[in-house]
Amino acid sequence: MSVARFWRKIPQRYNLIGTTCTTCGRYFFPPRSFCPDCRRAGNVVDYKFSGKGTVITHTVIRTASEQFEQMTPYVLAIVKLDEGPRITAQLVCAPDEVRIGMRVRPVFRKIAADGDSGVIYYGTKYAPAE
Amino acid sequence: MRDVAVIGAGCTTFGEKWNTSFRNLFVEAGILALEDAGVAGEQIDGLYVGNMSAGRFVEQEHIGALIADYAGLASHHIPATRVEAACASGGLSFRQAVIAVASGMEDIVVAAGVEKMTDVASGASVDTLAGAADREWEGFVGATFPGLYAMIATDYMNRYPLTREQLAQVAVKNHFNGARNPIAQFQQEITLDTVLRSSLVADPLRLFDCSPITDGAAAVVLAPLDRAREFTDTPVKVLASAQASDTITLHDRRDISTLDATVAAGRRAFGLAGLSTADIDLVEVHDCFTIAEICAIEDLGFCRKGEAGRLTAEGVTALNGDIPVNTSGGLKACGHPVGATGIKQVFEVVQQLRGEAGRRQIDGAAIGMTHNVGGTGATVAVHILGV
Repeated sequence: MSVARFWRKIPQRYNLIGTTCTTCGRYFFPPRSFCPDCRRAGNVVDYKFSGKGTVITHTVIRTASEQFEQMTPYVLAIVKLDEGPRITAQLVCAPDEVRIGMRVRPVFRKIAADGDSGVIYYGTKYAPAE
Repeated sequence: MRDVAVIGAGCTTFGEKWNTSFRNLFVEAGILALEDAGVAGEQIDGLYVGNMSAGRFVEQEHIGALIADYAGLASHHIPATRVEAACASGGLSFRQAVIAVASGMEDIVVAAGVEKMTDVASGASVDTLAGAADREWEGFVGATFPGLYAMIATDYMNRYPLTREQLAQVAVKNHFNGARNPIAQFQQEITLDTVLRSSLVADPLRLFDCSPITDGAAAVVLAPLDRAREFTDTPVKVLASAQASDTITLHDRRDISTLDATVAAGRRAFGLAGLSTADIDLVEVHDCFTIAEICAIEDLGFCRKGEAGRLTAEGVTALNGDIPVNTSGGLKACGHPVGATGIKQVFEVVQQLRGEAGRRQIDGAAIGMTHNVGGTGATVAVHILGV
């Protein structure tokens, strides 16, 4: 991934900056600049998510792509944020610890790296909240 | 709109074809299809090629012209178009060819699909396939394709009474069919134990729940139905061509365990053909993972949500069952060269409807269906064919 392509998404990946439509009140993460419900009548503005949410479904990745091979096994889940949007994220917990319905909170973590000397990608993973 | 018929079909053997290049895979399938149709190269009005990622797999773009060139058609200057929708590239290529013939713009049209996947290492192919999902918000955080379908399986098994053994039976059944298909990558029967003792890839999916990495190509020749008899005594009619889309990410779907694009494309196809599930003699569904076949059977309407696992275990989807599913061996056993799969599905249905399917022949098959999925369900193509 080019530096610019990673850099422009830092607000979202580090600080969970999404958007919300003030016309209908729907929240978007990752951010959308165009509300699918209100369409041109929508008014979309930035919104910082708390990151708190609930696990909807999960898996344990044991065969990964090159960038993630050294991290297996790792827990991957779909998390429903309290404001409504769902996201795919890694969980910082043991494979046998994850449960549907588990409450989670965001934690800042290294996600991957471009080889030994390339860009290190940071972002948000999720940890059990209780 | 004109009625459209398939007048010829061809397919390479599927597998790890180290000795065959990307372009030669296509040429082999193309020649088989043209010979089957009795069509000469100069009669072709148009060519559509389904291909997901030659750019990543063999560092080659501009596939349409390359394929036309190596098919010996450069001097004919025919329109040659690449179609891409991840694993649904083949199904969309077929649909584009159907549209071209139905509209009257082109008469004799080749719809093909090709993928050469084994020229890169396994990790690189996993990464390339992850591009069928959302690279920024799924792939970036470490989601793999087996991982995304595993999350469908986790959600499904939490809500419906699907057992691990029922899921494994999908693979056992598809290997049984593959063992009767001379083009299949895996022509060996397996047992439930083979699946249940294979290594975990993404919980709860194991190695034998997953379709393999495959090289292969398939091609079919289309013509207006009223000209089909010029070329063949056994034309296969295209009764319906439908396509639908949905959110690119799995997490944004209305329901994690339902492919709404499958539901939409299936309904449109049945509506166009004026048929219902009871009319279908066999269906080739997109079983990239065992859970995908379970969802497909239900989402196309062959049974209610939550029933497909039990029906699979009872043999309803077997060769001799009420609804034979994936008589070719499916993606699981026949193999999954992603861009070629949608055309291979048509190839299988054409063979079945002509009574040429050998040891896996469904007696009296007259109407067949194909179901081709891109990504985790963001694109779906459904076709109904009949004789």
